[in-house]
Amino acid sequence: MQKVIEASGIAKNFGSTQALRGISFDVNEGEIFGFIGPDGAGKTTLFRIITTLYLPDEGSMTVLGVDCVKGYRKLRENIGYMPGRFSLYMDLSVEENLRFYASVFGTTIEENYELIKDIYSHIEPFKTRLAGQLSGGMKQKLALSCALIHKPRLLVLDEPTTGVDAVSRTEFWEMLGKLKAHNITVVVSTPYMDEATKCDRVALIQEGQILSVNPPEVLKDSFTRKLFYVKASDKYNLLKILRSFPLTISAYPFGDSIHTTFSKDNPLGDLNEYLLSKGINDFSISEGRAGIEDRFLELMGTESIHYQ
Amino acid sequence: MTGNTVISVRNLVKKFGNFVANDNLDFDVFEGEIFGFLGANGAGKTTTIRILSGLSKPTSGTVMVAGFDAKKQAEEIKKNIGYMCQRFSLYDDLTVKENIMLYGGIYGMKKKTIQDRTTALLEQLNFGQYSDSMISSLPLGLKQKLAFSVAVLHEPRIVFLDEPTGGVDPVTRRQFWEMIYEATARGITVFVTTHYMDEAEYCDRVSIMSEGRIVALDTPEELRKQYNAGSIEEVFIKIARPSRNVEGGLE
Repeated sequence: MQKVIEASGIAKNFGSTQALRGISFDVNEGEIFGFIGPDGAGKTTLFRIITTLYLPDEGSMTVLGVDCVKGYRKLRENIGYMPGRFSLYMDLSVEENLRFYASVFGTTIEENYELIKDIYSHIEPFKTRLAGQLSGGMKQKLALSCALIHKPRLLVLDEPTTGVDAVSRTEFWEMLGKLKAHNITVVVSTPYMDEATKCDRVALIQEGQILSVNPPEVLKDSFTRKLFYVKASDKYNLLKILRSFPLTISAYPFGDSIHTTFSKDNPLGDLNEYLLSKGINDFSISEGRAGIEDRFLELMGTESIHYQ
Repeated sequence: MTGNTVISVRNLVKKFGNFVANDNLDFDVFEGEIFGFLGANGAGKTTTIRILSGLSKPTSGTVMVAGFDAKKQAEEIKKNIGYMCQRFSLYDDLTVKENIMLYGGIYGMKKKTIQDRTTALLEQLNFGQYSDSMISSLPLGLKQKLAFSVAVLHEPRIVFLDEPTGGVDPVTRRQFWEMIYEATARGITVFVTTHYMDEAEYCDRVSIMSEGRIVALDTPEELRKQYNAGSIEEVFIKIARPSRNVEGGLE
């Protein structure tokens, strides 16, 4: 399989802040590759290196077979980049924004209309509206159209779904899936773990380092312990009691249940007794499947139950 | 959930010209609960929150918050609520301690009380080493926790959280929810909006708004059952998607 990105030992510092600490990874042609990690993990810095806007302090990277330091001019023609705060001109209309981006890359809307049709058709009825007056979901679709209008081979999307509602986010991921048919490779970042499942492979990134690169299903399966979902009506009290249970290794609230791991494979007998002795009567315990977020928590190595 | 009603909304209508932002809303929020207030962009959530927090008046209907009427007693409402939004209302160029003192002063707390609370808060947050740091130098997760603590510094009856947990790591996010649980254990009611449906699962009850109306309101478990869905995200998409006209909504 052809590699669209090959990165080796990429490091970048800003003064005394180490934004990236020796990152290596490959991205295959035609895949959706996700970087999942919190604010400040280094995602944006990395994306600016991929898009030739920053130079790395150390390491090397080739993108589309071109060295991203020496070959930056050639690369820019083949990359579509959608930065975190959609770089739209708020005082231009929807259509003017798109036309502007097309002309910068020496093309026209008409020439590549087929590629953006699915996305742009949602906002085309509003093409005379100023970009500044669009809703979050519409801005996102326009920004994606602008990033695609020159038919790039690699699309780099920095947190495209932050601050956008759940319906628009679902539609957005569906659109990214369709780009595969055009053989466009997508590198995308998000702070939201649930979006990882929509990628072909994900890199978990934290404090400038990659913790793991895997398909989402493999990532879930690599959770090392048995996971139990514990529920009771008084969640806060239950959480405190679970943390005080001697066999507990970790206990994290996940919605209406508490995801808990124990140092013993079958803790149920002891746990039942313990919860009853602490006056909790309405609990339920079931074994559950780990999600991406469970694995991320495990990898972060903050397994201490007294993490505060 | 039983308990006293702290927010009571009856036939709330809010119009801007011909545009109906809130179309006859009816709901109650009970003391000590975590109430999730969801809706797509442009559904009318912000309009409602502005009315509930005394910043805007209803066109018609009755809105009581902490026992005060939103039409006539907006100033009383403001004294009894806390507010935190994603853009954290902390002052970047003041230190942690200065921010706490400033808010204590704005809320009209006594100097001695402010000092005691500040000390207790710094200890509780494990913030000792940061007490003289500028806000601008703090990691996002710490800012978030501080912003929440400041929003409940004056022990309000209700705290409004407007998309509070964007962009932090999973551990920090859970610590934040634990602070919320702890506040509700003290009897503070939490009214929260979020775009992230997995967060809705933490709420005691969830309402979903679409085109100015509340179309669903129940516990997350009941909503999942009613809509035959595995998660609140699925419920939300089932509700919000069909009713959506071709993306007409303005921000």
